[in-house]
Amino acid sequence: MTTTLTEAPPPVASTAQQRTPPRARGRLTPYWLLLPGVLWLLVFFLMPMVYQASTSVQTGSLEEGYQVTWHFATYWDALSEYWPQFVRSVLYAGSATVLCLLLGYPLAYLIAFRAGRWRTLVLILVIAPFFTSFLIRTLAWKTILADGGPVVGALNTLHVLDVTSWLGMTAGDRVLATPLAVVCGLTYNFLPFMILPLYTSLERIDGRLHEAAGDLYATPFTTFRKVTLPLSMPGVVSGTLLTFIPASGDYINADLLGSTDTRMIGNVIQTQFLRILDYPTAAALSFLLMAAILLVVTLYIRKSGTEDLV
Amino acid sequence: MTTVTKKTTNTMTTTRTATDHSGDVRLSGITKTYGSFTAVHPLDLTVPEGSFFALLGASGCGKTTTLRMIAGLEEPTAGTVSLGGQDVSHLPPYKRPVNTVFQSYALFPHLDVFENVAFGLRRRGIRSVRKQVEEMLELVQLGEHARKKPHQLSGGQQQRVAVARALINHPRVLLLDEPLGALDLKLRRQMQLELKRIQTEVGITFIHVTHDQEEAMTMADTVAVMNAGRVEQLGPPAELYENPRTTFVANFLGTSNLLEAEVDAASGDDIVLRAGVSTLVLPRARCSAPATAGGKVLAGVRPEKISLVHADDSGEVPAGRNRITGRIAATSFTGVSTQYVVDSPVCPRFEVYAQNVDRDPRLVPGAEVVLHWNPAHTFGLDAAQDIDAGVGTAEEEALA
Repeated sequence: MTTTLTEAPPPVASTAQQRTPPRARGRLTPYWLLLPGVLWLLVFFLMPMVYQASTSVQTGSLEEGYQVTWHFATYWDALSEYWPQFVRSVLYAGSATVLCLLLGYPLAYLIAFRAGRWRTLVLILVIAPFFTSFLIRTLAWKTILADGGPVVGALNTLHVLDVTSWLGMTAGDRVLATPLAVVCGLTYNFLPFMILPLYTSLERIDGRLHEAAGDLYATPFTTFRKVTLPLSMPGVVSGTLLTFIPASGDYINADLLGSTDTRMIGNVIQTQFLRILDYPTAAALSFLLMAAILLVVTLYIRKSGTEDLV
Repeated sequence: MTTVTKKTTNTMTTTRTATDHSGDVRLSGITKTYGSFTAVHPLDLTVPEGSFFALLGASGCGKTTTLRMIAGLEEPTAGTVSLGGQDVSHLPPYKRPVNTVFQSYALFPHLDVFENVAFGLRRRGIRSVRKQVEEMLELVQLGEHARKKPHQLSGGQQQRVAVARALINHPRVLLLDEPLGALDLKLRRQMQLELKRIQTEVGITFIHVTHDQEEAMTMADTVAVMNAGRVEQLGPPAELYENPRTTFVANFLGTSNLLEAEVDAASGDDIVLRAGVSTLVLPRARCSAPATAGGKVLAGVRPEKISLVHADDSGEVPAGRNRITGRIAATSFTGVSTQYVVDSPVCPRFEVYAQNVDRDPRLVPGAEVVLHWNPAHTFGLDAAQDIDAGVGTAEEEALA
């Protein structure tokens, strides 16, 4: 922290540099501006990564200390033991992302095109949950989905739970401690990360394009399909990434709203680090998760081809 | 599939020949108000089929609102819009046989030139668009740019894509909303001729909204000058220029020298006016205000109609010309002509444009001069109007 703070260009530095010819000074300025960010990344991103990478190939025990033995088998062992949690993480995070998109797109559309003078207020409401801690908000869902509570009661009366039970998303007349609860929690917690980029990209669309499409015989629905949706694709892509990536590493929702059957990879890593104190396995799992997300994201961006959009 | 295309084209042609001249655009009592602000006062306007019609006015005069009501992008508060006898006032834009070239074009940034042009055809369910699109791109000379995205094109090329995208649908009316506003002067001149050529070639009615009086006069057959939500005057460009009926039109369209004069005698075909010590003659046919002896009118004359001689040569001025004396306040040399500002007792800033044929070296600021012109070039306006209406609006617009 201190390093970064001192590196912020002090006014004294600029007066000292007045003497040097303006061209040389101008050439160095970008690097000076980059320095704080680069230092930050070195200290808080690269160093922990290297440390973690070395931990993942160590062997030993807490009592005798760990040694780097290039024991890559940890990766294979971790994967073969915890692959169900990996798959579950991708499934849950994927479902939550799809739900976020389905809920967030209409909302972002309304804010961007129909909210008028309420726009700022609605945007503040979207961000408002962030004023409370993530943990508290998730705990609130415990009350909302509580057994015998109004939500579960209503879902039961409407026979929704019969359908979700049949799909394996809920068990009996409970919602809490089921996959549905975890997915709901993830959807709720990451919804603003979907809405904000969607809103930004929708809001940037020139209203005259809608008029032009209407002028060229496109019905409002066709206008949406052929003009609005393609032009909002950058928002869809960044929104889904901003939702999917943190959701797949999340462990709070599965911890508070789920059961031992809904453990995600985040829960496994947390347990390995903090309870079992098997640091190499935890580090290896972290790297595997990172690799998995990187792979999914790369494939996704390739497929959605957003680099073609302006 | 080709049959479908052919059929559509055929139907369109037959409709056009069958309806003949009933394909006019008719606005009856059309009005638009926003709260307490009236953007367009009840307006009646008929645009004949196949004409190039310009709505000319400063920004905020209601010309764009009028255009948008024809396109269906704005719902009129009152009145009707009919196209070829069909009342379209309440049809959404996508159901109107009208296409628009938008200000700054509104090309779809995610589609290439070909798909932008094909957009309207595809929406109407036409499958084989290739031939039509290629022909249209040929017409606007963009054949080799078909696969480029709009942002890869220059302003003039984008403008032509916008025209092609609208024209390919064979609309009954093509609406152009300041289509050349974003182009630089040279390109604008070139595109004016280009649009005129295209209009002549396709024979579709063009309604063109512009604040540029020169552009309106160059391109349109008929110009409607709008001011504060009303049409001030409507007619062919030369008619508007030579015979303005209001001070706004006189000042907005080109430059006019207006001076207040008293009617001395109003008998026969000529009205005799007195302005200061000068006696001016105004043909009655060119006076839009009622002129009775003792009343007042505004006499106007265009700067290029005036000849300028040094006061020493005043004897050379032929008899029967309208004459005014004054002193040159400023001159500016523009190559083909010299513009003089003359300070005269009847008008403080009398403008004179003289062709640089034989330049008199004595005509410098401070020189006493005599201005004279053919009385037939004088026009008369109602003196009750603001003499400066429309002055400066044109220049402000050009700067904006």
